[in-house]
Amino acid sequence: MRLSKFFLYLVLIVFAIFYLLPIYVILTTSLKSFSEVSLRSMWKLPKSISLDSFIIAWKGNPSKGLKGLSQNFMNSIYLVIPATIISSFLGSMNGYVFAKWKFRYSDTLFSIIIFGMFIPYQSVLIPMVQVLQKLRLYGSIPGLVFVHCVYGIPIATLIFRNYYASIPTEILEAARIDGAGFLSIYNRMILPVSMPGFAVVMIWQFTSIWNDFLFGLIVAQKPSIQPITVALNNLAGSYFVEWNIQMAGALLTAIPPLIIYIFLGRYFMRGLLAGSLAGT
Amino acid sequence: MRKIKEERILSFLFIAPSIVLISVFVYGFIIWTGWISLTNWRDVFPDFSFVGLRNYIDLFQNLRFQIDFKNIMVFTVLFLLSSIFIGLLLAILLDRKIRYENIFRSIYLFPMAISFIVTGVVWRWLLNPGTEASGSLGINMLLEQIGLGFLKSKWYTDPSIGIKAVVIAAVWQMSGYVMAMYLAGIRSIPGELSEAAQVDGASIWQIYRYIILPLLRPVTLGAVIILTHISLKIFDLVVAMTGAGIGFSCDVPALFMYDTTFRGNFFAQGAAIATILLISIAIIIVPYLRYSLKSGG
Repeated sequence: MRLSKFFLYLVLIVFAIFYLLPIYVILTTSLKSFSEVSLRSMWKLPKSISLDSFIIAWKGNPSKGLKGLSQNFMNSIYLVIPATIISSFLGSMNGYVFAKWKFRYSDTLFSIIIFGMFIPYQSVLIPMVQVLQKLRLYGSIPGLVFVHCVYGIPIATLIFRNYYASIPTEILEAARIDGAGFLSIYNRMILPVSMPGFAVVMIWQFTSIWNDFLFGLIVAQKPSIQPITVALNNLAGSYFVEWNIQMAGALLTAIPPLIIYIFLGRYFMRGLLAGSLAGT
Repeated sequence: MRKIKEERILSFLFIAPSIVLISVFVYGFIIWTGWISLTNWRDVFPDFSFVGLRNYIDLFQNLRFQIDFKNIMVFTVLFLLSSIFIGLLLAILLDRKIRYENIFRSIYLFPMAISFIVTGVVWRWLLNPGTEASGSLGINMLLEQIGLGFLKSKWYTDPSIGIKAVVIAAVWQMSGYVMAMYLAGIRSIPGELSEAAQVDGASIWQIYRYIILPLLRPVTLGAVIILTHISLKIFDLVVAMTGAGIGFSCDVPALFMYDTTFRGNFFAQGAAIATILLISIAIIIVPYLRYSLKSGG
């Protein structure tokens, strides 16, 4: 029995090492000083801690014509905040109707909306570019906010509908007998208990919008408005950028969702399971 | 009665913005893309003359697309098998009343929180085999140091491996997700079932084989469908990690679509690839949506 327990932990630890290897490399490499960085010493711990790589990844190096990621980091912040808030509220409104105000074919309509989260976005990219150009939103952060709001609607609606479905309908019916209407039930009864739902949806939306690459790549052509994932890919793709700077850039890109994961992982997991439709 | 009607209208107004946006930006755009795929638009300037299925026929005769088709099949099969095996294994092990379960679980799942681009950038270095001059680098160097040098490989730089090396990074990122799905599934099975079996003298192996695993079938179905749809449209990871690779050995349809549309201006061909992707994903997702929305309600 004890031996089997030992093997059990051994397997778990070996896998933990596998998952942590890349993080180990990112962390140690980006904390090494330039004199210490070489690919041959990839797995060695830094002798002293230096933030030089971060400073260059953040600010750039004008003498080499290297642009830092600071502006792109801020672009991602500017686009992720409004897009997260707007799509969450749209999701909450939809979820309320689809859970508590069902009508004929509302379930069909609901699944038609949900399908939107599974489509390969390649099948909407060409018209998207054309329409954004017509709307004068192409190549701008508001344009990116807009597309993230639209394509965030399905998952936000799904999570909120499931969340609201767990609120007993009898309570709402009692309120209606007391004269409360559609809007006052939403404002006074649904929204006040929606915080956990908002936490799940907003964390999910924040993470997936921050991590998005495709929309950023297609909509934001100019480097000055590119989100951080697109800029990181460019940074890592240019041969003259030292690899410790690439690792520091990767860490900068990973930090915001990682912070959320570390502190609010429970909600992140619920969003994940909802996304697999396991919770429906 | 008037109030009920008023509320009906209000409830429609609540969902109206989303309905309009989804109709136009999902379904309208899909139809528009489908139409473009039937035209002759192969330039910066649109040309909407109808050519029927010619773009599709050309595509299936296109060498790059044939390679992509094979790559995405290989990628999907390996990615699915590995992720499901690892995810199920970790879920079962974590369910054996493990100390520090939380910490293990958080470590297994954290790659899900970060961008495919970060994953790609890091794994490109980890699987960089190095050159004659530099000696072994990354994982190869690590394998050498721990005495597993025989496992060294040229990874994605070897055209005969190509996309299979990308599977490693994809499994690193997604297998924790499968673990979370299975763990939630195992935890929702009432404990009495396995306790009763234990009383009847069933071994742990038998309990898993005959009770737990059969009850996890819906989870496996969910995992297969979710992973397959992610796999078929994989793009970010390939772009950041390898690009199309030597002789398109790492190429996938989504990358071909991007190249031909936004770099080559062959809009009709790009639209045809996009439509093929959409149809193959719809074939697996639509029945699953019907199944899970019906069974849940």
